[in-house]
Amino acid sequence: MPPPRTFVRRHGLTTRLTHWINAAALLVLLLSGLQIFNAHPALYWGDVSTFARPWVAMVAAERGGEAVGITKLGPAMFETTGVLGFSGNEVRGFPSWATLPSYRSLADGRRWHFAFAWLFVVNGLVYLGAGLIGGHFRRDLLPGRDQLAPRHLLREIVDHARLRFAKGEAARRYNALQKLAYLAVIFVLLPMMVLTGLSMSPGMNAGFPWLPELFGGRQSARTLHFISASLIVLFAVVHLAMVLLSGPVNGLRSMITGKFAIREDAR
Amino acid sequence: MIDRRRWLSGLAAAAMGALLAGCDKLTMNPVVQQGLAMAEGLTRRAQRLVVDRKALAQEFSPAEISPDFRANGSTAPGDPEYRALVEAGFADWKLVVDGLVERPLSLSLAELRAQPARTQITRHDCVEGWSAIGQWSGARLGPLLDRAGLKESARYIVFHCADTLDPNAPAALGRYYESIDLIDAYHPQSILAYDMNGAPLAVKHGAPLRLRVERQLGYKHAKYVMRIEAVADLAGIGGGKGGFWEDRGYEWYAGI
Repeated sequence: MPPPRTFVRRHGLTTRLTHWINAAALLVLLLSGLQIFNAHPALYWGDVSTFARPWVAMVAAERGGEAVGITKLGPAMFETTGVLGFSGNEVRGFPSWATLPSYRSLADGRRWHFAFAWLFVVNGLVYLGAGLIGGHFRRDLLPGRDQLAPRHLLREIVDHARLRFAKGEAARRYNALQKLAYLAVIFVLLPMMVLTGLSMSPGMNAGFPWLPELFGGRQSARTLHFISASLIVLFAVVHLAMVLLSGPVNGLRSMITGKFAIREDAR
Repeated sequence: MIDRRRWLSGLAAAAMGALLAGCDKLTMNPVVQQGLAMAEGLTRRAQRLVVDRKALAQEFSPAEISPDFRANGSTAPGDPEYRALVEAGFADWKLVVDGLVERPLSLSLAELRAQPARTQITRHDCVEGWSAIGQWSGARLGPLLDRAGLKESARYIVFHCADTLDPNAPAALGRYYESIDLIDAYHPQSILAYDMNGAPLAVKHGAPLRLRVERQLGYKHAKYVMRIEAVADLAGIGGGKGGFWEDRGYEWYAGI
């Protein structure tokens, strides 16, 4: 006999809807963002582009009659042929499979990016509004005092490293690492994307000159836009891995129907 | 085992390929394009709502001027009429102001330099993503338009340029042009610049005259301006979208 299980209501309707809209919007924003990045695949710090001294640059070079892709990162240089700098017989920052559209078109990349930026912002505001009014953040995402004790945190880190996931009563709430990761994404990384994005707008700069200055200038804002996006990709990879390892059916079902199964005996 | 792995990776590659082709097909679909393009109007309205019409673009100190200001688009126009102007040191050059105006003008560089002027050190943001800071001096567009006297029906100011940027396109589409509305035309920082960093504009930066419309991206700052036309409607000019790059899919409102 399989152990008895009970279903709990895990995610509210707003959370589920905004989660999937957010996931779709972020995917389009990432791929179209890399298309836009490819128009000038270099990053700088400060107000302006110091063309001779980018801190990141993807370039193509010739070696022995063959084109190679080179990625510069500060003083270091890496050969990245086929992925960065040169791929698909073409000089391009990111390869065609990572951009929207796959062919080179800054104009189309921008169309996708700004349309989905609006969707992303409106969806995010709905989520934030509902979370504040409905108590989702306080109830589900704020770590409990017990969860923040160093000993508890240490045990969670060990548990995660051993891929041992919470069962029974403990599975009724998010663990502390999970909560902290979600809070960092929701309240730091995603707002950073919007603010650094708006910092690059010359129209917004006129009304809010302090915005690019907050990040150290327009080119710094562009760099931080890229770094924040990279961290969101990192989060998404870990997030998906955790869903797969901790029970993808249960996890997916809970984010679609709202119901999450808990095995009662496995305390 | 190896067969299965190869089969699986083949399947993954095929799925990926289909997904990419699907995305490209979506991108080229006119209905999708139209839907995505709605964001432009939304962005324009939102920015105009939260940013004052007269709000100035950020200005910088002389120490911040970029030593390596990049030139994009045409950098050495090959158009014979333009070459002749360069050879003559722009002595015969005239700026024409016409269209929906009461008093069409034809101004030499000396006459333009006698117009109400403004000098500003601003950041130029290219649509590609890079930025550079430069100092610009030029005739303010607003007083110039007032001198010509805009008619009631004028809604946009079109800038016709000397350079052919796309020699493969029919002449009307290959020649550079741009347009802005009256809000931007009358903005205090909108100038027709004849000097850059204290010296007459170099050919690569649009000699003898280029537009500066500081709250928008670089491609709006038309170089090699020959004629300014006041119009009621952008249809019928070039490809009808209001600019060389706009005709090629870029936003007319380039405030982001």
